[in-house]
Amino acid sequence: MAEIEVKDITYVYGKGAPYEIKALDGVSLTFPHGQVTGLIGHTGSGKSTLVQMLNGLIKPDSGEILLDGKSIWEDPKKIRDVRFKVGLVMQYPEYQLFDETVAADIAFGPKNMGMSPEEIKEAVEKAAHFAGLSSDLLEKSPFDLSGGQKRRAALAGVMAMSPSVLVLDEPAAGLDPGGRKDILDGIKKYQRESGTTVVIVSHSMEDMATYCDGIAVMAKGKVVMRGTPPQVFSRSEELTKTGLDVPQITKVALSLRECGIDIGKDIYTVKFAAERLLSGGAPYES
Amino acid sequence: MEPIIKAEHISFSYPADEDTKPRKALSDVSLEIEKGSFTAILGRNGSGKSTLAKLMCMILFPDEGKLFIEGRDMTAEGIGEDDIYEARKNVGMVFQNPDNQIVATIVEEDVAFGPENLGVPSAEIRRRVDEALETVGMKEYARHATQRLSGGQKQRIAIAGVLAMHRDIIIFDESTAMLDPRGRKEVMDTILRLNRQEGITVILITHYMTEAALADKVVVMSDGTVADTGTPGEVFSRVEEMRERGLDVPQTTELLWRVKNAGYDVRLDIFDPEECAKEIARAFKIDGRN
Repeated sequence: MAEIEVKDITYVYGKGAPYEIKALDGVSLTFPHGQVTGLIGHTGSGKSTLVQMLNGLIKPDSGEILLDGKSIWEDPKKIRDVRFKVGLVMQYPEYQLFDETVAADIAFGPKNMGMSPEEIKEAVEKAAHFAGLSSDLLEKSPFDLSGGQKRRAALAGVMAMSPSVLVLDEPAAGLDPGGRKDILDGIKKYQRESGTTVVIVSHSMEDMATYCDGIAVMAKGKVVMRGTPPQVFSRSEELTKTGLDVPQITKVALSLRECGIDIGKDIYTVKFAAERLLSGGAPYES
Repeated sequence: MEPIIKAEHISFSYPADEDTKPRKALSDVSLEIEKGSFTAILGRNGSGKSTLAKLMCMILFPDEGKLFIEGRDMTAEGIGEDDIYEARKNVGMVFQNPDNQIVATIVEEDVAFGPENLGVPSAEIRRRVDEALETVGMKEYARHATQRLSGGQKQRIAIAGVLAMHRDIIIFDESTAMLDPRGRKEVMDTILRLNRQEGITVILITHYMTEAALADKVVVMSDGTVADTGTPGEVFSRVEEMRERGLDVPQTTELLWRVKNAGYDVRLDIFDPEECAKEIARAFKIDGRN
């Protein structure tokens, strides 16, 4: 159980150089404990910089990052502990697999945390289960796995450290539709059963709409919108204006409105749209 | 018209390793690609899509069956290295990772790399590079550093590199997978322009159903075989079969399918949100709902 909060953080890449870029510009945001928060925004909007700050890989130029109310940079020598508490799964994490077997690779984190062999074994099995890796895969070389399995093995490596906050940068990028669903379902299940706070960065509005409790929209280094998926997607005109896409189904709902069928503006999944449409079309609220 | 690529009952297995058995990747695949067409190939990871792509550009050769490129049987007796080398000049490929296919530090030098290796005279290279950069909309970046480009821009440079080699067929192996929505749109717009205006035969391997919906023909791969083929409208209308194969359909089709299952008479082959809404409104009107 943990809550992570960023307060007025600012970060500039290449300070003083001609190509100086302000990546984060006074960002304040809370990731409530036990919830899945989605971060959306264009490439260059500052999302990835922000997530790398959550576990202390990048230090903000100004502002604070609070883990359960305590600044993670209070004692810079203890930043390693923060990295055990805040697990970061980077983009294409399968490129970071290295060990001889999948089990050994997953065990790398727990081993570094100083867990006992029994604890490590249990952590590996539990993490493999959540990531959807069958036990026969554990003794294989990670390089013999399929793309989707490799991704899940890398994810298990972070889950095995039982972080209180799990941060994932584009966890489903490049996977086929079934693979996307498998990995996102696994993350959701892990979150429900462990009560972990989860932060997901993604470009897929459809996935964000389905899996997140809350969404923050970033643009040009600032948070421009914050709310539940229905709240955020009901502002689809504004989203489109910031150059972001909205789910196809949200566009259908908007067009239906023009045809005189009002199913509400807060439509973001097909199932939800069909329910409203077929239950008489009367929106609960809009 | 003779198809530009024709596969007749081709099968392929990856050879055995020290401790692995041979792995069958394709079995009995037959396929025709028309000249100037846009074909999308869908399928789960491991369904044989990339193997098929590698056979079509002759990096791999089928164990069984026949493969014709521009009417020539590449699996016939007596086909030698030189013939293969010549035939490969018809087909270009653009891969998934933008960072793995840039070789030079300056955009125009990167685009020139292919034609240089083909021994094209330098004045001709100059002309081709300018033309290719113009086609992909990257002319003003000719002297920029490749390393500072966005993913979508890098992919367009990779496409320009293939264009500068004058390929008639371009295979895109998940070339949009690692891009953000803006980059994907840039690359898809470029692909459509190449196909519709330059007459290039396009084969697009993708996991995005909305991209496949733009093609003339969709081929669905499953377990190394062709499980379905047809227009996007035909293929995506078979919603349950697509789901069973671990694939998806565009959200417009899924909504229409649910509406149809509730007893309304609607078409399923609509991929534009506005058209989808109109179709539902039409069906509801007939039903007296609206």
